[in-house]
Amino acid sequence: MPRNHMELDQIDTLSVLSEDGSIDKSQLPKLSKEELLKSYRFLVLTRRTDEQALRYQRQGRIGTFAPSTGQEASQIGSAMAISKEDWFIPSFRELGVALCRGMSIRDYFLFIMGFEEANQGLKGTNNMPVSVPVGSQCAFTPGIAWGIKLDKKKAAAVVYFGDGATSEGDFHEGLNFCGALNLPAVYLCQNNQWAISTPRSQQTAAKSIAQKAIAYGVCGIQVDGNDFFAVYKATKEALDRAKKGEGPTLIECVTYRLSVHTTADDPTVYRAKEEEEAWQKKDPIERLRKYLEKEKLWDSSHQEKLEEDIKAEIKKGYEEAEQFRNSIPDPLKFFDHQYETIPPYLAWQKSMAKEKIQGRNVIKGATEGYKGPGGAAAVGELEEAGDE
Amino acid sequence: MSTKKLTMVEALNLALREELQRDKNVMIFGEDVGIDGGVFRVTKGLIQEFGKERVIDTPLAEACIIGSAFGLAVYGKRPVCEIQFSGFMYEGFHQIESHVARIRARTYGALQAPMVIRAPYSGGIKALEHHSESKEMYYVHTPGLVVIIPSGPKNARSLMKAAIRANDPVIFLEPKSVYRAFREEIDLDQDDVAEIGKAQIVRPGSQVTVVTYGAMLYQTKKAIQKGIEAHNWDPEVIDLQTLSPMDTQTIIESVKKTGRCVIVHEAHRTGGIAAEIIARVMESAFLSLQAPIERVTGWDTQVPYFARENVYIPDPQSIENAIQKVLNF
Repeated sequence: MPRNHMELDQIDTLSVLSEDGSIDKSQLPKLSKEELLKSYRFLVLTRRTDEQALRYQRQGRIGTFAPSTGQEASQIGSAMAISKEDWFIPSFRELGVALCRGMSIRDYFLFIMGFEEANQGLKGTNNMPVSVPVGSQCAFTPGIAWGIKLDKKKAAAVVYFGDGATSEGDFHEGLNFCGALNLPAVYLCQNNQWAISTPRSQQTAAKSIAQKAIAYGVCGIQVDGNDFFAVYKATKEALDRAKKGEGPTLIECVTYRLSVHTTADDPTVYRAKEEEEAWQKKDPIERLRKYLEKEKLWDSSHQEKLEEDIKAEIKKGYEEAEQFRNSIPDPLKFFDHQYETIPPYLAWQKSMAKEKIQGRNVIKGATEGYKGPGGAAAVGELEEAGDE
Repeated sequence: MSTKKLTMVEALNLALREELQRDKNVMIFGEDVGIDGGVFRVTKGLIQEFGKERVIDTPLAEACIIGSAFGLAVYGKRPVCEIQFSGFMYEGFHQIESHVARIRARTYGALQAPMVIRAPYSGGIKALEHHSESKEMYYVHTPGLVVIIPSGPKNARSLMKAAIRANDPVIFLEPKSVYRAFREEIDLDQDDVAEIGKAQIVRPGSQVTVVTYGAMLYQTKKAIQKGIEAHNWDPEVIDLQTLSPMDTQTIIESVKKTGRCVIVHEAHRTGGIAAEIIARVMESAFLSLQAPIERVTGWDTQVPYFARENVYIPDPQSIENAIQKVLNF
């Protein structure tokens, strides 16, 4: 066999809406006025919920969470393409998708307040709870896609993860498995450039994340992740292919985490202000608003009204969550859900726990609050200082 | 009544076949489980009978085999996945700990993962490295998992049927040395489904309670046979069958009756199930004890290569000695 070049698939890139709000009409996906405005509302709702949650967290009202700020177009753009029959498999930074999928603000806050009850509404929704161990959701996604395929349903499993997750074995096993079994799955990477303090450049020597699709014989595409239309279009196309039995797709949304990794993180330690400012100019929400204004679908009075509505919605959701916490929910409830029925030795342990907490209110709120700049790294330090 | 004498491999094969017939949601997958019938032939003939949609050869990817079983289970299927040897389960342990075991707890029952992870396990067949370990305690230590270890063909069938029908995830570890060691009569007409979380009194007795499971039941039976014949022993032998959730009650009642207890397992000594049983006896039957509890276990060493395997695995003589010691106290 003489030396030759092996022909490999190519990776497309896609961008529809530029930073100044101008558009490539030939690539513009079909969306009604209502769908567009609904999408825009979700973009703003996601941003404002994060902002308000950050205030609540700093006030010690809620626990640690991972904001989606900067990534709203990647999230809402893809979520608007996903149907109810499809499955949504999140990592831990998909507030926008979860809201589009019907999660209530109340349940979101309930989760950050540390109550499992937040997940009780998942039954029958085709939505999975968040996966905290990075990338691990990529390895069970094939199972859900496989179930869909066996039942011959017109649906697909859509899994979300970040650039850091693509260094995990679970991502590679999952995508390969889906390719080998030709499963209806969409692997959606929000490449937000940072895995806590590790930049994308240190995560892989590869030119793109999308190109990893080639190795597994599946479709791959890299899109501007701050471009609502590009993300929507790529996700829609991937879902159409999956539902036609044409297999999985890897979508890389190139975006940026404008905020902290989680509320326990301090990005000033590891990245330059100039970089953040450069990405702020590419803000996905601003970009879509400019387009809507150009198309005469939106103006400042619309915006004012929207901000008011959203503010009230977030406040109401938070208050509902707080009401639940204040109702003193059963502190021993977790014993009942380890197995379908509680084994005798566990019932015994439950009775001991009951004795332990007798007469005390033990439901833990996030009352300690923010420990100052430096996030998790500073917690021990400050506690030590407090002892003096 | 039609009965047949089967080995454990054949009994497991029968159980899988029966459950595939009973419930169309049951499916089998793993490495080489299809045309090859599994390296031990537990899934032999199933692909021919039930087709490639329900008996599937997967890529060589333990994390994804276990992960897929989890996804399928949450979706609504009844997956039974095989990990070729329990020594390769660690590749998928992350999925077990992070997702399989905790889905019920983290959703307060809104979602569940009814699935079975099967794996040939433990030593005694002169296998190569990574093929002889007894690491059941990893799974016993993880709340939310059911851990089952059968000891013979008959309970392998009834426990497997129960595992597949359970709504909690089951780790089903099959002692390799028992696979073809002996046959038991199995009633093919009876839908024999064991009760999960229930130990079995294999031999009622009055002098000493001997608790064991898996391949060690076979060794224990050899040990007591000698004692019964030579010294008129009357031991009560308990086969745990389910290690988690463990049937504390059966053990406690027995120890209260006999006042003596010996525990036998092949797993490492430190943190083995014997340690937990001893603790539970101390909590609930301390005043009934007439002698310190003895345990016969594998050592706290890596399982040596097979040339020295017999030094590691408890044998009938060491079990006999422990029982004798407790009786003589």
